[in-house]
Amino acid sequence: MLEIGLSHYLTLAGLLFTIGVFGMFLNRKNVIVILMSVELMLLAVNINFVAFSAYLNDLVGQVFTMFILTVAAAEAAIGLAILVVFFRNKGSIAVEEISSMKG
Amino acid sequence: MTDFNLIPLLPEIFLSLVGMGLLIVGVSQGNVSTRVICWSSAAGFVITGLILLGIGWETQTVLNGMFVMDKFAGFMKLLILTGLVAAVGLSVRYIIQEGMERFEYPILIIFAGIGMMIMVSANNLLTLYMGLELQSLSLYVLAAFHRNSMRSSEAGIKYFVLGALSSGMLLFGMSLIYGFTGSVDFTTIGATVNNLSAIPFGLTFGLVFVLAGLAFKISAVPFHMWTPDVYQGAPTSVTALFAIVPKIAAFGLLMRLLFEPFMGMSEQWVQIIYFIAVASMVVGAFAAIAQGNIKRLLAYSSIGNMGYALMGLVAGTAEGAGAVVLYLTIYMIMTAGVFAVVLSMRRQGMAVYKIKDLSGLSQTNPGLAYPLAILMFSMSGIPPAAGFFGKLVVFNAAVASGYYILAVIGVLSSVVAAFYYLRVVKVMFFDEPADAFDGGLPFARRAILFISVLFVLGFVIKPNIFVSSSFDAASVLFQG
Repeated sequence: MLEIGLSHYLTLAGLLFTIGVFGMFLNRKNVIVILMSVELMLLAVNINFVAFSAYLNDLVGQVFTMFILTVAAAEAAIGLAILVVFFRNKGSIAVEEISSMKG
Repeated sequence: MTDFNLIPLLPEIFLSLVGMGLLIVGVSQGNVSTRVICWSSAAGFVITGLILLGIGWETQTVLNGMFVMDKFAGFMKLLILTGLVAAVGLSVRYIIQEGMERFEYPILIIFAGIGMMIMVSANNLLTLYMGLELQSLSLYVLAAFHRNSMRSSEAGIKYFVLGALSSGMLLFGMSLIYGFTGSVDFTTIGATVNNLSAIPFGLTFGLVFVLAGLAFKISAVPFHMWTPDVYQGAPTSVTALFAIVPKIAAFGLLMRLLFEPFMGMSEQWVQIIYFIAVASMVVGAFAAIAQGNIKRLLAYSSIGNMGYALMGLVAGTAEGAGAVVLYLTIYMIMTAGVFAVVLSMRRQGMAVYKIKDLSGLSQTNPGLAYPLAILMFSMSGIPPAAGFFGKLVVFNAAVASGYYILAVIGVLSSVVAAFYYLRVVKVMFFDEPADAFDGGLPFARRAILFISVLFVLGFVIKPNIFVSSSFDAASVLFQG
């Protein structure tokens, strides 16, 4: 029987984080997908913190996770608010449309 | 709970109360009270600065080691508060002219300011993260503050997306640091790092992620992509804020992080900072040449300037750290003056941003042209202006630690950078005059411009006031 240990959790978190980063850069369609990728990255970090917290037998990691969850909620709210403002001006939230400034 | 002492936290507590109080005033009075709230918040910053001067700066940690107050934090906070007063002073007339006088504006600046003050006092990864997010979330909203402007909301989106990515990377790095050292407290991390016989790969990996996240915040190459777009798109008064203050806070954070807990890993981080410094200086110098928009030009200029400041970090000595603090002080005061002029570039009630628009300014408006020329000479590092001494001390620190190539690259890129600073002077003094700008420089803007020019020219007379106090502040980081 395979024992699930720290390295499995870290691998999972690393994979989720990578998917989040790639989701941000490869996605050419919709800004909402970028917001989802940000959430995915933060959740990967949370898995890391909780896994280390259990491994080290130290509660700080889980407290940190609580803070990250709270901040992530605030961040999503602000991101969506800015997105709504952008949509009002542009009438679209396609990633290609966010390009009026270059150089 | 033996150290429940809130005295070192007084400035932050007071500023939070001011912020919340003004929020109540704003909600009950509406947007007509914007001007009052702006000046009250500026007064709030000044009073916070006085409280800061009154609480004593001897090193002490409170809240179970989460928050540290020392000379370095005190000095950086004083710089931040000065920058915030300047940013609010520059904003008032502009937000009214642009029709965005909503009372949230100064309040968001206050909350960003609290975040920055917490950042430079953080002694724990959790405090660091909370301070950084408080600052970033407020600044995202400020970038998109001009709700009816396409560019402003686009700048907001870009800043938000890349800022969120950088916070993600920062956090991922922090989780690895926590896992491999078993603590989030800087003192414990430092002790653990010093006792390790070999640095585990995961810890180096974590530090690299944290550095990448912070490099975003100080807009260092290769994490600078957001800077020109956000500087251009955001309302100019917000651009001024971005250029003046958050970088000081991020630098304070970076210096505390590198010189206190991770001094034992300097072999690892020196290479990274070295690369980032060189890349920032070179990109900042060359990319700015082709810019026709003054805000984009200043964005690349700030990227380059962060490169010079990072050079002092590479040196890794108390002298280098002091040089960084001095450099940031001089940069902040110069930039505030430059933005006082940029904010006054208006024709027929519309803001203009092209460098061409400055043509012949020496004839149409010498009161703006001569100060801007002095500031540009200072930015390009021509003696006896203050900018020269800022560059001199960082190059000196790099050479003293044996980084000759770095210093040579720095000098060369500052020569290239001089080209585009001096081009602005050439356009103002030798090109055919364009239409005059709208007259009437508001008092606050005039005062900031005057102080800035006075500092730039007067620095050479009594440099020791600033040099000794900034070196004194930075030396605290190397005592423990």
